[in-house]
Amino acid sequence: MSGFYQLDFEKDVRALEQRLAEARRELEALRKRAHDRGGGQPSPFPALDEQDEDPADARSLERTIDRLEQERERTIREVYADLDPWQVVRVARHPDRPQTRDYIAMICRDFCELHGDRRFGDDPAIVTGLARLGPHKVMVVGHQKGRTTQEKLACHFGCAHPEGYRKALLKMRLAEKMGIPIVTLVDTPGAYPGIGAEQRGQAEAIAVNLREMSRIRVPIVSVIIGEGGSGGALGIAVANRVAMMRYAWYSVISPEGCAAILWKQANEQTNQAAAKALKLSATDNLNLGIIDAIIDEPLGGAHRDPAQAGRALETWISEQIEALGSLSPDELVEDRYRRFRRLGSVVEQTPAASEQGVEAGMAGGSQA
Amino acid sequence: MTQATSKTWVDVKSGRRNAIPEGLWMRCPGSDCGQMIYKRHVEANLHVCPECGHHFRVGAVERVAQLADEGSFVEMFGHLVPGDPLGFEDLRRYTDRLAGEQLKTGRHDAVMAGEAFIKGRQAMLCCLDLSFMMGSMGSVVGEVITRTIERAIERRLPLVIVSGSGGARMQESGLSLMQMAKTSAALARLDDAGGLFISVLTDPTTGGVTASFAMLGDIIIAEPGALIGFAGPRVIQQTIRQELPDGFQRSEFLLDAGLIDRVVPRKDLRTEIARFIDYGG
Repeated sequence: MSGFYQLDFEKDVRALEQRLAEARRELEALRKRAHDRGGGQPSPFPALDEQDEDPADARSLERTIDRLEQERERTIREVYADLDPWQVVRVARHPDRPQTRDYIAMICRDFCELHGDRRFGDDPAIVTGLARLGPHKVMVVGHQKGRTTQEKLACHFGCAHPEGYRKALLKMRLAEKMGIPIVTLVDTPGAYPGIGAEQRGQAEAIAVNLREMSRIRVPIVSVIIGEGGSGGALGIAVANRVAMMRYAWYSVISPEGCAAILWKQANEQTNQAAAKALKLSATDNLNLGIIDAIIDEPLGGAHRDPAQAGRALETWISEQIEALGSLSPDELVEDRYRRFRRLGSVVEQTPAASEQGVEAGMAGGSQA
Repeated sequence: MTQATSKTWVDVKSGRRNAIPEGLWMRCPGSDCGQMIYKRHVEANLHVCPECGHHFRVGAVERVAQLADEGSFVEMFGHLVPGDPLGFEDLRRYTDRLAGEQLKTGRHDAVMAGEAFIKGRQAMLCCLDLSFMMGSMGSVVGEVITRTIERAIERRLPLVIVSGSGGARMQESGLSLMQMAKTSAALARLDDAGGLFISVLTDPTTGGVTASFAMLGDIIIAEPGALIGFAGPRVIQQTIRQELPDGFQRSEFLLDAGLIDRVVPRKDLRTEIARFIDYGG
């Protein structure tokens, strides 16, 4: 775990982790000295050895470690049981959180990356390629934020350009032709806002993806693994089944963007208020019907145990691909259309109740 | 109509706010104009400056009146009203904001759709309403657009959508976002059915509206000088920390970039739309 990146609400956990590390180092040193002595080498510090002779010391250290571990687990459980939405956003942005390439390495075999949109270039902010996941052949499409500084800059921190979205669509069409399911992993603060991006049609690229994904004739399964920022996220998330990792967020705008507009300024306090108002957590999105499932993360978030997060992700994706396997291409398209068609909160006012009863009776029956 | 109350749209240059002040005379905000113009002349000229051709923003009611043959427009889906699915509250409650906008405009939400004749050609016509929360797309706007598209498929009519919008409506968060997918998916069905979709972009068209149905027209035309883009100029400037080129994200810029078919002055919109419908058979 990066020592420099600390979530303020994890302060107690970090304190415990430091004490744990100390205790472990002490125990290690103790055992090493005991071992060295056992090897028959004379110690240069007999006085210290005298002190360490007592095996009770090692036992008491072990007990301390056990106790600290339990306390750490309990503290993490307490902290994570009640994260507010702004804290969730910050967990979703944790630099050690597994990214698309990490998950590909963990859950896919025989990954064969495919590059380029055949029009402009190859956007590293979206990774695409063929892979095997459990018994399935799949096309993986996912945002990549980047791990090293160099990779982050190349990926624009996960903000894709139009060529990224066009690459994604090109590879999804290939999957359709091959008859293999598509798995998309969403992790972006939003599509890139820049001169080149606008010039090359950022809006058009996303719009076309929305339209075309809706009629692709193979199963599409999407998971928001970290950040699900607006159109940039949705641009690869028009799927038959959509899930969020427990500490991911998904919303029409980032809390900072929302705060800057509606609260006139983005600071810690307004960001927090905006995050709350936007209902961006996995639970809220599930309640609104925007996602179909929440994938549980290990205790204290995916960054604490990426392997376990990977296993949970793989299990859910596999199950969905299997379940969707029974649908015909027509049924898949219909299923996806219905999934998005029903979303929204609209009150149908009866014409009588309408003060502005502008509805006029049409031959076709306009009260639909 | 004033737009100073709108709080949902960040990209208005301060000089362009209050595009239509009260009073008999007003100063044209056009970049090279600045003339005092008689308001009635502007209104008679389809809300275009008679001096320089600056296109003022117009709401949906005015837009429909400009495009549809007189008396031909039959409004549909006007009975759909917005809820407050999130219980959203910023400095004001969403429900209060909605009530204020409804009182101001006499409309339920930021959209007006129905069947109309345009120069004698029958079509489904849908206009976003800039005067209502900056034309932002929430559930009602998305639902009305989707139903209009479905009706166009059912009745085999060409579809005309006039966009003017700050983007997806933040107050409905994820549900607003989903309207982008919903409307785009409906357009895939229209496309499958061989229907013609003419998308008209007006000042401003940004965010989630541009990134969904607005850029999916079989034919895309824009009024002169309209701001059209995905991200707003301010956000772009903050991200790249460079001056933006002159005319960036204006209709003419998009034409140069190959993103739209034509730039059409307001006075010619009816004729051009009718012409496309004719070509579409």
